[in-house]
Amino acid sequence: MEGNEPEMKNPRAKGGDEDVEMPRQTPKERVKNFSEVALGYDEEMAIREAKRCLQCKNPQCRKGCPVDVPIPEFIDCILKGKYDEGIAVIKTKNSLPAVCGRVCPQENQCQMRCVKGKKGDPVNIGRLERFLADWEREHGGKIPEKAPPTGRKVAVIGAGPAGLTAASDLVRLGHEVTLFEALHVGGGVLSYGIPEFRLPKKIVQNEIGYVQKLGVDLRLGNLIGRIHTIPELLEQGYDAIFIGSGAGLPQWTGCPGENLGGIYSANEFLIRVNLMKAYNFPEQDTPIRIGKHVVVIGGGNVAMDCARISMRLGAKVCLNYRRSRNELPARREEIENAEEEGLMCNFLNAPVEFFGDDKGWVRSMKCANMELTEPDATGRQACKVIPDSEFDMDTDTVIVAIGQTPNPIIQRTTEGLVTDPRRGIIIVDPEGRTNLKGVFAGGDVATGAATVISAMGAGKRAAKAMHEYLMDEGPRGDSSSNGN
Amino acid sequence: MMYRIVAKKPLAHKETLFEVEAPEIAAKARPGQFLIVIPKEGGERVPLTICDYDARKGTVSFAFHEVGKSTKEMGTFEEGECLSNVTGPLGNPSEIKNFGRVLCVGGSIMIAPLLLQAKALKDAGNHVTTVLGCRSKEFLFMEDEAKARSDVVYVASDDGTVGEKGIAFLNELLRKERFDHCVVMGPVVMMKTVSEITKPFEIPTIVTLTPIMIDGMGMCGVCRVTVGGKMLFGCVDGPEFDGHQTNFDELIKRQRTMLPEERLSSILYGADGGCKCGRQ
Repeated sequence: MEGNEPEMKNPRAKGGDEDVEMPRQTPKERVKNFSEVALGYDEEMAIREAKRCLQCKNPQCRKGCPVDVPIPEFIDCILKGKYDEGIAVIKTKNSLPAVCGRVCPQENQCQMRCVKGKKGDPVNIGRLERFLADWEREHGGKIPEKAPPTGRKVAVIGAGPAGLTAASDLVRLGHEVTLFEALHVGGGVLSYGIPEFRLPKKIVQNEIGYVQKLGVDLRLGNLIGRIHTIPELLEQGYDAIFIGSGAGLPQWTGCPGENLGGIYSANEFLIRVNLMKAYNFPEQDTPIRIGKHVVVIGGGNVAMDCARISMRLGAKVCLNYRRSRNELPARREEIENAEEEGLMCNFLNAPVEFFGDDKGWVRSMKCANMELTEPDATGRQACKVIPDSEFDMDTDTVIVAIGQTPNPIIQRTTEGLVTDPRRGIIIVDPEGRTNLKGVFAGGDVATGAATVISAMGAGKRAAKAMHEYLMDEGPRGDSSSNGN
Repeated sequence: MMYRIVAKKPLAHKETLFEVEAPEIAAKARPGQFLIVIPKEGGERVPLTICDYDARKGTVSFAFHEVGKSTKEMGTFEEGECLSNVTGPLGNPSEIKNFGRVLCVGGSIMIAPLLLQAKALKDAGNHVTTVLGCRSKEFLFMEDEAKARSDVVYVASDDGTVGEKGIAFLNELLRKERFDHCVVMGPVVMMKTVSEITKPFEIPTIVTLTPIMIDGMGMCGVCRVTVGGKMLFGCVDGPEFDGHQTNFDELIKRQRTMLPEERLSSILYGADGGCKCGRQ
């Protein structure tokens, strides 16, 4: 395809060999617990997989990484057994490797571009990243050097993927960083959204601990827009602000009966189970009520997470998606995992109405069959209701997982901030600048719900632009700039 | 951050007021807003309406009724001990202005935050009539504070052991006196009844809804209520709504959705062993 074919450095690695499988809990076993499904490589497996890397001179994989991790370099460190160096290489670009190694859609990013993937299996870059991150957690890591203090103060709002990335990049550049998190636990969607069996919460806490060790001041339980507004933070002496408040507002079907008991937004369901650990109720105080026949409406990764949790809580689960299997937006791996665990999929239908019992708890729902229209100029197929195709389904729990939009509190309390009122997002340029001086934004709040790694990439780009902004501003009148 | 309890004040049988150190919250809190309190690590996020704040002292106060595990556990905290987390202020502040003649109706534990609002309304130049509703004489509290913060005070109890019997006397009162604005904070059934009473008199009536909440900042949607036929969130669109537009029956059902789990939690906490007088 391209003129400069990658040069092969490693003679042991030729195309067409098989990749190293990662051990997983069996479906029968894992559907009864909340422990992590994928168990990770051991040292021998990691080295075997690392050997498959061709060490391309012009690595395509790195171009597929939204945060530009030097992939061949860290894989080379694994080959040489220099794990501490390997993790240091990753952390020059990515502060959350244990998270990314688990939840990044590598198949659409780095691994999609891997040259080995053209003939056979691409190198399992994500699994190798995870291996190094897990190795570091077990063996203790180092805190990298920071730039000398710049005397500049930065506020980062939201301790999710975008905020954690921006905060750690900015603190390493010598700025004083305060990270405001609205919930009582940091991590954002990593803590409240992604379930324990895909991303153990102790790993998330460990990554947050690393960001704190870098010197970021994390303040939990601070809802910006209420306790301080954006203009107030600027008045308090913050020189720049990054808004990474995510997309936390649930969307609804709008069908009659949606306020019945037993109908959860995906957010409510996930917050109860992941953040508040309701799967351990009554040992943990927050309960979850789940019936025998759960219907999950939607087809994204969030829908898959809700379905897989429901199965672990003992329910039979049916996924109702309005398009067909080919259009499912969830990661292929998640769909396979869910189906192995017993998920039934019900394609091409949409909810019409929900019906409740006399206590106000959902007992059934009416759906309509859908069909896909002819592709439009962009190749996208819309879907429409087939007239007179309605049918009833018995259910006692419905989870609505049809998307989230940004939480509106900051937008409502920041005068003059330009937003897209329809999608609720903050308008930014490619480097994350909003229309307000010194105010940046990135991640889901600026794009609508997307992936962890794209939010991290946005946090990284904004941190770079913020650094330039902060250093262009000249010395601050009221604080000593002892660094430069 | 330490959320130290600087004062613990018993109000009635199972009703307690905490004054907690939280300087940043105290500086921003306004009447009508609420807090999310996590008593112990791993505990529930409990939404509680702010009933006082003192920016100079750096404290914020809230009252609670020991009814489930979390509030019973909170009742065991003593002065000097710290709560795991207090987040706030959340929700929109009340509209405080000179309406003219205002009727403030409070029931059970919500009397405490109602009196904060009564005071703010009186300070804004209103003539304030306050009604304190309780189940029975021994559940009445803050009567003196009510008198200090209002021009006229009525007491009503469900069983008639103190003051008027039931809330129906309001019909009589509204026929005799003109009111320009009404604020109701209390159990849902009471807010519903009062809203029904004020409606024919066309008195704008603001109710403070207390649906189930988890995050309290617009994420989970468990607090959704129907007001004027629209789905709104108690936490970010409220907590105050137009009482004449609120679907109270739906709210009552939604408040009961986790009742069996709440009972189980409470029983396991050992609530059934001791005194039964506070049981609901």
